[in-house]
Amino acid sequence: MAGWSGPPCPPVRAGVVDSLRGSSLRIAVASGKGGTGKTTIAASLALSLAAAGSPPLFLDCDVEAPNAHLILHPNLGRREDVAILIPRVDEAACTHCGRCAEVCQYHAIAVLGKRVMVFPPLCHGCGSCREQCPEHVISETPSVIGVLEAGPARAGIAFARGVLNIGEPMAGPVIRRLKQWAKPEAGQPVILDAPPGTSCPVVESIRRTDFLLLVTEPTPFGLHDLKLAVEVSRELGLPIGIVINRDGVGNAGVEEYCREEDLPILLHIPYERAVAEATARGRSLLDVHPELETRFQAVFEMIVDAVGARA
Amino acid sequence: MTILVTTSGPELDSPVDPRFGRAAYFLVVDPVSSDYKAHPNPALDAAGGAGTQAAQFASSQGVEAVVSGAFGPNAFQALEAAGIVMSLLGPAATARQAVEAYRDGRLERATLPSRSGRRG
Repeated sequence: MAGWSGPPCPPVRAGVVDSLRGSSLRIAVASGKGGTGKTTIAASLALSLAAAGSPPLFLDCDVEAPNAHLILHPNLGRREDVAILIPRVDEAACTHCGRCAEVCQYHAIAVLGKRVMVFPPLCHGCGSCREQCPEHVISETPSVIGVLEAGPARAGIAFARGVLNIGEPMAGPVIRRLKQWAKPEAGQPVILDAPPGTSCPVVESIRRTDFLLLVTEPTPFGLHDLKLAVEVSRELGLPIGIVINRDGVGNAGVEEYCREEDLPILLHIPYERAVAEATARGRSLLDVHPELETRFQAVFEMIVDAVGARA
Repeated sequence: MTILVTTSGPELDSPVDPRFGRAAYFLVVDPVSSDYKAHPNPALDAAGGAGTQAAQFASSQGVEAVVSGAFGPNAFQALEAAGIVMSLLGPAATARQAVEAYRDGRLERATLPSRSGRRG
């Protein structure tokens, strides 16, 4: 199609999805910068795999602002609370030795003279205070910080997401639990839609995946945050592929950076009013450009090859 | 008895630092003799919990009051539980001015936490 740029795509090989039977390939979609189109790309990849006869498990890991359901329309029937364990100190038996406050790296527990105070919003539920208390006077009580939800979505996609309760500061435990809770079928690919940024919630989302698809836009902002995301993925030793969204705006900085750093650009999505209008109505990119389906299937094949080459 | 003043430097004439948990230094001062000792804030670069850590430090120093620009909700709660008076800097620009104002009873007390602290 005119207007599509980037490297030519190989034709889809028959049976490439079948070749994965038995092992679940986990592909994380992240970006650094917010609003580059992570969810649009992740949902399109999921729908393309479903169209090829292999509906994936889709995990919306952006637990602070999950929104992939707006494109994939899941019927969320399964629910489970996520809780972390908050310490409770038996003050009558406490000697106020201060050991708990000393070992808490989050400063969520303070010993102030003859008082012990717990600050639940700071607590990460690690259990160090309970472990280290020489008097064994610390017990733990669950504190609900969010919920997991799952159910079938469009085109047979299995959908699951985490939702962090408003006012709760810690996304990490919800994402970690989501990844344990929602299990793929044997051989079912998993697509993880990561939150923006490069801090703990992103690391929690992309760790222990097989491949990282970084969605960026060709602007100085996209480039700046892409560099950060690339650094994070290198720390984690993840293979990377780039998707340039809104191709045609901005400048050539992203392309140059990818060339210099030897980062494969797997797909270009042009900047188009029709795409913006469709996503603004909660429709998928593939609804406007069905011909992209084979492109996404080809991206999946490239990922399979890249992961296979490393194995 | 001593008081703790948050400062940006280690001297009595150093400028005050209005942030309680994120101040560069904690100056523990005897308001009568003006003897003092400067402690670098160990939580200066902490990811979170700087306020509770600072309160814990104040408590461990046995100060009767802390003088700073603002106290976040966690620090406020902890200092209140520790029975430590929270005084506001007002127009004091240096630790010495803050200590003198405290000694003369010219400092206003903080009765509410300032705002939602930075968390996480």
